[in-house]
Amino acid sequence: MVPVSYYFALSAILFTLGALGVLIRRNAIIVFMSIELMLNAANLLFVAFARTYGALNGQIYVFFVIAVAAAEVAVGLALIVAIFRSRQTVNLDEISSMKG
Amino acid sequence: MQSFHLVPWIVFLPLIGFLLNIAFGRRLGERGAALIAIAASAGAFAISVLQYLSLNAHPEGAVVHLAEWIGIGALSIPWAFRVDTLSVTMMLVVSGVGTLIHIYASGYMSYDVRYKEDPGSYTRFFIYLNLFIAAMMVLVSGNSYLMLFVGWEGVGLCSFLLIGFWYNRNPDGKKGLLNSQAAKKAFVANRVGDFGFLIAAFAIFWAFGSLSFDEVLPQAGTVAPAVVLLITLALLLGVTGKSAQLPLYVWLPDAMAGPTPVSALIHAATMVTAGVYLVARSAPLFAAVPEAQTAVAIVGGLTALFAASIAVAQTDIKKVLAYSTISQLGFMVAAVGVGAYVAGMFHLVTHAFFKALLFLGSGSVILALERAHHPLPDDPYLPKKKKKHDDHHGHGHFDPQDMRVMGGLRKQIPLTYWLYLIGAVALAGLPPLAGFFSKDEILTDALHANPLVYLLLTAAAFLTAFYMGRQIWLVFFGEPRSHAAGHAVESPPVITAPLIALAGLSIFGGLLNFPGWHPLTDWLEHTLRHDLAHATVFNPGVAGFSTLLAVVAIYLSWQLYGRQPLKERQPDPLKKRLGRLFTAMENKWWVDELYFAAIINPYKRFAAFLADKVDWDFWHDWVHDSLIAKGFRNLAHFLANPVDLGVIDGLANGLARAAQGLARVLSLLQTGFVRNYALVTFLGVVLVLGYLVFSS
Repeated sequence: MVPVSYYFALSAILFTLGALGVLIRRNAIIVFMSIELMLNAANLLFVAFARTYGALNGQIYVFFVIAVAAAEVAVGLALIVAIFRSRQTVNLDEISSMKG
Repeated sequence: MQSFHLVPWIVFLPLIGFLLNIAFGRRLGERGAALIAIAASAGAFAISVLQYLSLNAHPEGAVVHLAEWIGIGALSIPWAFRVDTLSVTMMLVVSGVGTLIHIYASGYMSYDVRYKEDPGSYTRFFIYLNLFIAAMMVLVSGNSYLMLFVGWEGVGLCSFLLIGFWYNRNPDGKKGLLNSQAAKKAFVANRVGDFGFLIAAFAIFWAFGSLSFDEVLPQAGTVAPAVVLLITLALLLGVTGKSAQLPLYVWLPDAMAGPTPVSALIHAATMVTAGVYLVARSAPLFAAVPEAQTAVAIVGGLTALFAASIAVAQTDIKKVLAYSTISQLGFMVAAVGVGAYVAGMFHLVTHAFFKALLFLGSGSVILALERAHHPLPDDPYLPKKKKKHDDHHGHGHFDPQDMRVMGGLRKQIPLTYWLYLIGAVALAGLPPLAGFFSKDEILTDALHANPLVYLLLTAAAFLTAFYMGRQIWLVFFGEPRSHAAGHAVESPPVITAPLIALAGLSIFGGLLNFPGWHPLTDWLEHTLRHDLAHATVFNPGVAGFSTLLAVVAIYLSWQLYGRQPLKERQPDPLKKRLGRLFTAMENKWWVDELYFAAIINPYKRFAAFLADKVDWDFWHDWVHDSLIAKGFRNLAHFLANPVDLGVIDGLANGLARAAQGLARVLSLLQTGFVRNYALVTFLGVVLVLGYLVFSS
């Protein structure tokens, strides 16, 4: 049986990759994919600990997260499509109309 | 049958007439208004006669209590009427002469209002006249010094109103304010006298604990003489005001600005005698302090001579009579001053007759000239041929009261002439007319009591005969000195009828206290103490001497004015003989100027000082403007600029600016780059989690 620390390490690597992707990449779609990466890192950790402790609620949380992430992707992609339609770009650095 | 209970009607009847004329007078027209006024006055006379008849049966008189007036602690003053021989004598004179003058005025004023071009004032005149009768009745009938004072002030008010009756004109009829100023002068001079009266009333209440005649007068001997002296001297000041004695007489000559009936009623026959009545009423007080009596007698004697000397040089027919009135009032005051109360009252009554006659006669003369000078188109008594306005004499200044434009009037207005002559002879003191008896009674008493006063009065009597002679010669003899005098027209019967009645009274008035018979003495004895009401023994020496002087004076006046009548614009022949003395008399001894120099101008300067320097410069400019207003302005500036603009606004604006600055700084955080936000969120999560992990 694979020890839980492996899962933990994999999850940390995935989360770090996701976080760095969110912070560094300019393409909105890539940023989205990075967010999915962080969510799934968390899901992996949930499932790993649920399996280790034999508790089901971790696995149930994961279902919730997957559902919420699906909804978020739907909304987010719709937004990106709308922004692209109005601005012909999905480069986040060029979308700065919220500047104070 | 005694009818003392009717006595309040002597006040209420004229008051009802007064109110009726106020309410309906204008609608009733001249005739109706005059009838109401005459009826009211005649009614008061009828009541007075009833009082007289009742007194004959009950000589002790009565006090009729009408109403409570003032009750404060020990001070209790009811409105009570005193019916005794003294007050009824005054009532009869006031209402009797008053009624005759009302009748006269009903004719005279209908001309006067037309000449003054204000016919609406006719009713107003009778309103004032009735009010005057009511006030005068309060004065003579009151049973206390305070009630007397009410009447005293009431007649003063009516005098003021009637002197200023033509308030927007000058005495010569032109538009101006001199009549109003004369009224004001009378009022102010009387106020000085009233001040004396009030002091006396306060002192009486303080010393006697009462103001009622019944309680004060019998106790006159029980109070310290010094206090009584103060009271009587203060009363004397009141007398000099109301009865126009030295030094307060100056208002009476100016009071001639009033219509002539007013001069006759108020300023000759009735109101001005109130002072004499007051002294006679207070006789026990004056009898208690001989010094006060002497003062009264000297004031009266000096006034008599002083005013007579001024009358000699006057050219205005009414001014002569005005100064004559002052002089005759001096006789009365001197009489009551030497203790001859009966003689004083006697002269008061006869003087009311013949001076009213003279004033009304002078009114008839003035009217005769006025109507000839300027005939009214609707004058019913003017002969037809005279109705056309004569234009050839021009419209220059014409003063119908100036004796220099008269002359020869006995041919034009014979009835007025004869009546006037009777009055003049009565005043001059020739037997057997009224003035002779009353004046000689005074002279006889004065000779016994105070020779100095006797000399003053005798000299005054000499001048009296002289100036009356002068007036008669100037007005009625010689040739007319103006067109109007040549065409003068006799006054209508409504004017001459009262004159005839007064002339009769002037002829027979001497019977009132005929030597050896003394009905007035017996009559007044019921009221005055017996030692105060003595019958004056007829003194043939005094009477003969004064008659001789009067005859000499009249002869002298004939020498000067009668033998060679004055020509038009010729100066007074007396001026040549007396020189500067005449100028002095002509200018009234410059008393008015003296008062102006000594009192009025300094007072005005003082008032100007108070107004300009104290009020304006000090209070207004300095205290108000510099101190208060400027201080307040500075405070306001301080509050507005440093406090409000600086602190309050600074606070508000500073807060706003601080918020703006903060917002500007904070807005820098809003880069608009989503990744920045994400980074911050990420760091925040790391921080929070780090804290949670490492703090536990």
